[in-house]
Amino acid sequence: MVSGRILSTRVGTLLLTLWLVSILVFFAGQVLPGDVGRVMLGPFADAQAVAELNRRLGADQPVLVQYWRWFSKAVTGDFGTSLSTGAPVAPFVLESLKRSAALAGIILVFLVPLGVGAGVVAGLNAGRVIDRLIVMAGVSFGIVPDFVSGLMLLIVFGLWLNWFPISGVAPDDAGFWTNGYYLILPALPLVLNLAGYIARMTRAGVIEAMAADYTRTAVLKGLDRREIIFRHVLRNALTPTIAVLATQTGYLLGGLVVIEALFGIQGLGNLVLNAAKARDFPMLEAGVLVMAAIFVLSAATGDLVLALLDPRQRRRTSS
Amino acid sequence: MTDLAEFPVSPRAAIGLSALRRIRSAFSGLAPSVVVGSLLLLFWITCALFGNLFVPYDPYAEDFLAMLTPPDALHRFGTDQLGRDVLSRIVVGSRDILVVAPLATLAGVAAGSIIGLVLGYFDGLVDAIGARLLDTLMAFPFIVLVTMTLVAIGPSKLTVVLVIGIAYAPLVARTVRAAVREQKQRDYVSAARLGGEGSLAIMFLEILPNIRETILIELITRLGYAFFSIATLSFLGLGIQPPSADWGLAVADGYGFLTGGKWWVVVFNSGAIVSLVMAANLIAQGIGAFENGDG
Repeated sequence: MVSGRILSTRVGTLLLTLWLVSILVFFAGQVLPGDVGRVMLGPFADAQAVAELNRRLGADQPVLVQYWRWFSKAVTGDFGTSLSTGAPVAPFVLESLKRSAALAGIILVFLVPLGVGAGVVAGLNAGRVIDRLIVMAGVSFGIVPDFVSGLMLLIVFGLWLNWFPISGVAPDDAGFWTNGYYLILPALPLVLNLAGYIARMTRAGVIEAMAADYTRTAVLKGLDRREIIFRHVLRNALTPTIAVLATQTGYLLGGLVVIEALFGIQGLGNLVLNAAKARDFPMLEAGVLVMAAIFVLSAATGDLVLALLDPRQRRRTSS
Repeated sequence: MTDLAEFPVSPRAAIGLSALRRIRSAFSGLAPSVVVGSLLLLFWITCALFGNLFVPYDPYAEDFLAMLTPPDALHRFGTDQLGRDVLSRIVVGSRDILVVAPLATLAGVAAGSIIGLVLGYFDGLVDAIGARLLDTLMAFPFIVLVTMTLVAIGPSKLTVVLVIGIAYAPLVARTVRAAVREQKQRDYVSAARLGGEGSLAIMFLEILPNIRETILIELITRLGYAFFSIATLSFLGLGIQPPSADWGLAVADGYGFLTGGKWWVVVFNSGAIVSLVMAANLIAQGIGAFENGDG
């Protein structure tokens, strides 16, 4: 059991991190050149109108006052209105989040079996040719930038072989499976990129578990090899893999920026990129906060799962 | 491949001890991956420095009568949307990334090492606050942090150096901090302290030389990531700017013509990017940066 104290410290640090992120983003936003009113009204607008708009938006107030205004609304779920469209930010961010989540879901569906499976095979055959091949393939795919592997997949499977659509956006009336089908090509670059890393971590875990005393005991007890691997080795070997999966969420989110731009998916990554380019500050702040929230949440979830699986981790988590 | 996660605390500190020895034996015993990586890197450095002397065409000369011509005897790699020779542009296209990436890596590793030394050396409040701030910085997905900052201060080579440096500093700091904490338990640190050496002297004169292998591995691994990130930034239009012949920029330009079957700009420039990233990673691999599944 995870004790309540650990849980509450975890939630506490999580909220603290998010709060610090919100401050960081807000003050980074203050560095953005040009004032808010000027951005909204364009370069030819009357100076008086710009000043008037700034006053109405509160952009002429001191930074701390602005932050407090934003913060007191944000905690109630009101992230303000977009500077480029004038529409409320929150629903738009939510829509983008859904699209990114669908893409991330497809990625995980492929990534986990591929990475873990390859890692287990490599670990059980450590030192043999198949192990070398898996590790080499993993490292090779891992170093190719996402946009390059994405483009190569797009050229080969989208343009030459015509197996997959080259856009990541399914028609509006498409069902669940069609939507998934459109997301396979965008998902693959990140799957390939991360699978090698996950395989390497799993492999290390398997090798360690195979050399452990409990495995030797199990062998000496005369247990079936299959039983040893599934009940003793894998249970122990997969613990570091779970931790790695949780921490890779950050990389995944970053990767989404590139992949969504490449395949024209209006997800969270594209939202942040476009909001930054358009200097749409409320949109940017909300998007980045959601990304940071996902990242710290998944890291915390990873820690909790670890604590559940491994009693030794509990003390570490609470410190 | 990971930019944000070094979980759990990196075992590099432990494997670092023998890395320098391994580098030496790598060059004397010619570890194949280090040799191949170094040659590849050397090739691109030569192209960057002297490429303009042996390219078949002026890399910046536009030819509106030969726009997007497929590879043929005249243009081995074809021409781009402005009729510029793709082969010539790839040869000189390594210039900017080969200046920006090493500088950015150096900045990030230097800043990260100093932060890591300070945090690792001082326990208690300094470390607690510092570690939390590092976690906050790392809660930003890397690309997002970079995007925001680059948009805020405007993309240029200098800003790319600074931003990548800032983004790498916490990652390096975390590894160095772990290495320092391990070193701090050693007798030589207590001896130095008893000998009346100040904190600064112990950090930079005693501990730093002992973790140099950790820092060196970090330097080479980060260089690979820097090539990766800078190419990505160029592709997104946030990094190196036109009219540079930069590969990432060329890929972004060629991307729009893919559906018309014009693949050569994208494919050849992508190949160049991959070869450069691979060069750094081969060297890193040869000195054991990817051991223990970490990296």
